[in-house]
Amino acid sequence: MQILNTQTVDVLVIGAGPAGMAAAIAAREAGVSNLLVLEREADMGGILRQCIHNGFGLHRFKEELTGPEYAQRDIDRVRELGIEVRCGTTVLSIDECRFVTAISKEKGLQLFQAGAIVLAMGCRERPNGSLGTPGTRCAGVFSAGTAQKYVNLEGYMPGKRVVILGSGDVGLIMARRMTLQGAKVLACVELMPYSSGLNRNIVQCLQDYDIPLYLSHTVTYIRGRERLEGVTVSQVDECRNPIPGTEKEFDCDTLLLSVGLIPENELTQQANVEISPLTQGAVVDDTLQTNQPGIFACGNVLHVHDLVDFVSAESLKAGKAAAEYAMGQRWSGKFVHVKDGDGVRGVVPQKIRIPESGMAAQGVQLMFRPAGVYENATLRIMDGEKEIHKAKKRILTPGEMAEVTLKSDILNALSGADLTVRIDP
Amino acid sequence: MEITCINCPVGCRLQVTVENGKVTNVAGNGCKSGYHYALQECVAPRRMVTAVMTVANRKTPLSVKTKTMIPKTKILDCMRQLSALSLNAPIRMGDVVCPDVCGTGVDVIATKTVE
Repeated sequence: MQILNTQTVDVLVIGAGPAGMAAAIAAREAGVSNLLVLEREADMGGILRQCIHNGFGLHRFKEELTGPEYAQRDIDRVRELGIEVRCGTTVLSIDECRFVTAISKEKGLQLFQAGAIVLAMGCRERPNGSLGTPGTRCAGVFSAGTAQKYVNLEGYMPGKRVVILGSGDVGLIMARRMTLQGAKVLACVELMPYSSGLNRNIVQCLQDYDIPLYLSHTVTYIRGRERLEGVTVSQVDECRNPIPGTEKEFDCDTLLLSVGLIPENELTQQANVEISPLTQGAVVDDTLQTNQPGIFACGNVLHVHDLVDFVSAESLKAGKAAAEYAMGQRWSGKFVHVKDGDGVRGVVPQKIRIPESGMAAQGVQLMFRPAGVYENATLRIMDGEKEIHKAKKRILTPGEMAEVTLKSDILNALSGADLTVRIDP
Repeated sequence: MEITCINCPVGCRLQVTVENGKVTNVAGNGCKSGYHYALQECVAPRRMVTAVMTVANRKTPLSVKTKTMIPKTKILDCMRQLSALSLNAPIRMGDVVCPDVCGTGVDVIATKTVE
C-alpha cells in the first residue's frame, strides 16, 4: 500500500472562477508564495466562459467586456504571477482543521493541510425537481444555464420553440441568445409581480425582440410524451396560487428554467461552517472569515451576486485576508451583529469586528437584497435605536443587489449594539 | 416617455421629452452616459451584438462580438451574415472575423482564443 503525503499549502483556494482567481491574485500580491488553486473544470474562468454576452467589467476595468474577455484578464494575471492552478481536480472534503482531500485523473487522490482556505465554489441553478410542476417528465426541460452551456460552449441548440420560466438574468440572457441563434421564444413567465433580473436585461433581451413577459404567471402543466410538446401557463393570485380560467397554452419543444441560484455549499458544511438561511451562504465577518478560523468565503458561494465586478472586489478582499491569516495575523475585538430590518434580506457581512484599539482602519461595505420593489424609499442603518446612516433611494428591487459603505468614523463610534439595515417606504 | 438606460447595471429610468422627433429634455439619468443613451435611443437605437459562430475544424464554437454598437434594425441581418461564414482555427481573441458587418462600418471580433 502506498502512503499518501500530505502537502502543506499556505493558502488553498477552491474554485478558479472569477472569485477564486481574484482571491488567488490578492493572496499572491499580499506575499503568499505557497499558494494553490483547485478547479473542477478543465479550464479556469468558471461561469464566465459561457457568458458570451457583454456587460462585464464596467466597474472594475471601466470598459464593457464579454464574459470570456473578463475571465481572460484574470487568467493572464494568474499566469503572470505564476500561481499554481490544478484544473480537472475535484475537492472531495474539507474539515475545520483545514485538511483537504481532492482527486484528479492525473494525480489521483491528493491531501492538503492548508494555513487558510478560500471557498470560491460559486453557485448552481435551482433545478426542475424543486418546483414540482404537474405534468409529464419529458425531454426538453433544461435549466437556463445548461442551455447556455450547450449553445455557447458546445455549439448545440437545445430546441426551436421556447418558453422560459423565471425571469432571472440567465433566463433573460438566454431568451435573447436563443432568438439570435434562430429559435422562437414565445414567452417569459415570472411567478412574482416583478422580475428578478436586471432592468437593462428586460429591455435588451425581451423588449428588443418583442418577447412577452408574463408577470404573476407560472407554468402549471408540462405536456409531452418523449419530447416536450407544450406547457400551460396560468396567472397567479397574491398568494401565488394559480387562478382557474386564466390558462394559456403554448406549443413548445423547450422549457428553460431560470428560477434561482443557490450557493454551492456542500463542502462548506463539511467543515461545520455556519450557513445563513437567508443567503444560503456562510455567515462571515468583515474580513469575509467564516465562524471557522482561517476559512474564508467570497463570490457566489457566499451570496449570489448580480455583477462579476462585485464578485471580484469581494474576492480580492477575501484573498488578502486569507493571506494575512496564513502569515499569522489574528484579529481581535468584539463583534457587532448586522441584522436584516424591514424590507431587507440577507445582509453580508453578518458581523463586523470592532477593534479593541477603537480604530477600524477602513470602511465596511454591506450588501443585501431588497425584499420587494420600493420607489423613493429611505435606506437606514440603526445602531440600536440610533440612526447612523440614511440614504434616499429612487428605486430598490430584489433583482438588484444594494450596497452601503460604513466609513471608518462611523465604525469607530459604534455603541456595540446590533446594527439593523432597513428600508422605510 | 420613460425608457430604461441599458448602459450599466444600475438601469436608470430616464424621462425623455421628445418634440418633433428631437429630444428636448432628459431627466432621471445618474450619469452623462444616460443622457447620451437617451439621445441615441429615442432617434436611432443601437446595440452591441454577441454571438457564437461555428469553427469548421473545431468541435467547440467561437464567441464573437461587434466591436461597437450597430443599429438595432441590423441585428438579425448581422446574425444571418455571421451564420453564413465559415471560420477556421486558430483564431486569437480580438481577431476580426467579419469586417464591416452588414455595411455598418463595424467589425465583428473574436472574444476568445481557439488554438
